[in-house]
Amino acid sequence: MGFVKGIFNAAADPRLFFLLAVISLAILVWKREQVASNSFGYGVLGCLAIFFAFGSFDANFRLIVTKPDNVPIVGLIFMLVFFVWYSLREGVLNDRRIVKGEGPIEKAESDRVWVWPDLVYIELIALIVCSVVLIVWSIVLKAPLEQPANPANTPNPSKAPWYFLGLQEMLVYFDPWLAGVVLPTLIVVGLICIPYIDTNPKGNGYYTFTERKAEITIFLFGFAVLWASLIVLGTFLRGPNWNFFGPFEFWDVHKLEALTNVNLSEYIWVRALGRGLPQAWYVRELFGILLVLFYVGALPALLGKSLFKGYYEKMGAARYYVGVFLFLMMMSLPIKMLCRWLFNLKYVVAIGEFFFNI
Amino acid sequence: MAETKIVAPKEGPLVQFWNWLTETQAWKSIFRHDRPTSDRTRVLVMLSNVFLHLHPVRIRKSGVKLRYTWCMGGLSFFLFLSLTLTGLLLMFYYRPTLEYAYTDIVGLREHVPFGIMREMHRWGAHAMVITVWLHMFRVFMTGSYKPPREFNWSVGVVMLVLTLLLSFTGYLLPWDQLAIWAITVGSNMARATPFLGHEGPGAGLLRLGDVPLIHAADDARFALLGGTFVGEGALLRFYVLHCVGLPLAIAVLMAVHFWRVRKDGGISGPL
Ligand code: HEM
Repeated sequence: MGFVKGIFNAAADPRLFFLLAVISLAILVWKREQVASNSFGYGVLGCLAIFFAFGSFDANFRLIVTKPDNVPIVGLIFMLVFFVWYSLREGVLNDRRIVKGEGPIEKAESDRVWVWPDLVYIELIALIVCSVVLIVWSIVLKAPLEQPANPANTPNPSKAPWYFLGLQEMLVYFDPWLAGVVLPTLIVVGLICIPYIDTNPKGNGYYTFTERKAEITIFLFGFAVLWASLIVLGTFLRGPNWNFFGPFEFWDVHKLEALTNVNLSEYIWVRALGRGLPQAWYVRELFGILLVLFYVGALPALLGKSLFKGYYEKMGAARYYVGVFLFLMMMSLPIKMLCRWLFNLKYVVAIGEFFFNI
Repeated sequence: MAETKIVAPKEGPLVQFWNWLTETQAWKSIFRHDRPTSDRTRVLVMLSNVFLHLHPVRIRKSGVKLRYTWCMGGLSFFLFLSLTLTGLLLMFYYRPTLEYAYTDIVGLREHVPFGIMREMHRWGAHAMVITVWLHMFRVFMTGSYKPPREFNWSVGVVMLVLTLLLSFTGYLLPWDQLAIWAITVGSNMARATPFLGHEGPGAGLLRLGDVPLIHAADDARFALLGGTFVGEGALLRFYVLHCVGLPLAIAVLMAVHFWRVRKDGGISGPL
């Protein structure tokens, strides 16, 4: 048993956890024909349920999972897994119909029905079921109330509300001005932009995968892998001092993690060129600034001429640049994560003088 | 096939009462049509009721299916309604001051028999965040943001942000350790707003001679908290936003959202 728990603890390490999330997405998309079967979907859900059921015999696991505010996130995990699978399945089923020339199932159901009673009674049932669930949930689980607020006593760890824990997790890799302000703003702006960037006329009003491969894969990466899985990570696997703890690990306040992160400037000036860091910040950070300028300024144009040429032609310049900019901003998180894990990179640009660290 | 003969059931007192009721002047002044059993009255019921009027009269068969919509938009709306109701009841018991906030919550727990309003409000709020996310996910997966529904998607994103802000502002109100530290962690970000936060990049550039324009007592975080830390001012601000400002804003947007679902041709489907 200890051995099994050890495996889970190890697999939940942020690096492995993230890698596993990416691999799962890749499998989901690649092997979607197999994934679409009922046995796969219910099998995965069953495994999850077994994991939580057996896990709850462990005191540490129970402690973190049954914290009242964490219970909804357990629900979120199940619902998210189910609905990601379900929507892919519906897409695959429709894709098969489309290949056969039958058109999506929604097409076959285009005839109109009366809202009264056909829709109104479904709404009524949904309303009743939802009320019952909410009332039972409220009777079974008490809302948490801790000690009265005390500004002098900082709890460790201090966590934001769970829906912002993805952002708090980003703080490990980016400074607050990026993780807490710029990137969230870009998430919102980016979401609003989606309908105006995506000019693919297909897949409007029915589930499909083949007709919208890139859109769906990118969205799933942002929504399921970056947003949702980082929330799960931040909720269940981050303990005191925002250190990482496996699901079956005791939250030891004294756990130490070596912090030997190094700035790009030091890598270049000190380690590669073998001299001291220059005094002036613009010399010191020259390489980092160039790298960032390249990433946001030149890379989109280069990609538009090579890898993304097809998109550039289809979307037109304005849509393409906005879209690629947003895409690169999203990818900056996994890129920074990788740099941190592989090279212990702290900042690409570090101008502490102006609170400007990237 | 044998002809089925419809035998009128014997009219019991209930049916008699019902028949009488639906003929009264009061009833007829409220419902201006017969019961919706014919095509004509099914149209009338939708057109003459302001709430039902948010729906179209007829709708695609696929659009009423759980399979297609997962009912997540509807559940978000229903959760919003129940949050409004339970929140209103909670307001009877709760005073947003340092002196009373925490003890009012304790009182709610200890002195209200069978009280589950706080639970329903809290779990409903968590649930609404989840249903709104899943609703967005469904809308994405069915490509329903594509023309002509681009604008409604944008309205939706704004409502998503408002939902999170509602949850966030509400999180502070119990005024326990969980509350103030979660809000402290969250609002600390505002310190780093570029130009507008006193620890944000570029803020140092905004100065008149030697006098910095952006400092801890006037930056973005200060505006959010009404102070330099999570204290009395923050509690009042969050309370007002939570109970009045944000619900009003989201209610207006919901009206727009539902209206647009209708005007954009009802629930989406293949052309
Ligand atoms: C406060 C939150 C929200 C409420 C109460 C709400 C409610 C609804 C309802 C009741 C519908 C009818 C169809 C359905 O139930 O799926 C709907 C449709 C729609 N919603 Fe929302 N919504 C919310 C948030 C959002 C968000 C966050 C988005 C997108 C980012 C969004 C985009 C849309 C779109 C595009 C449609 C039309 C879908 C179609 O025709 O298939 N909504 N919404």
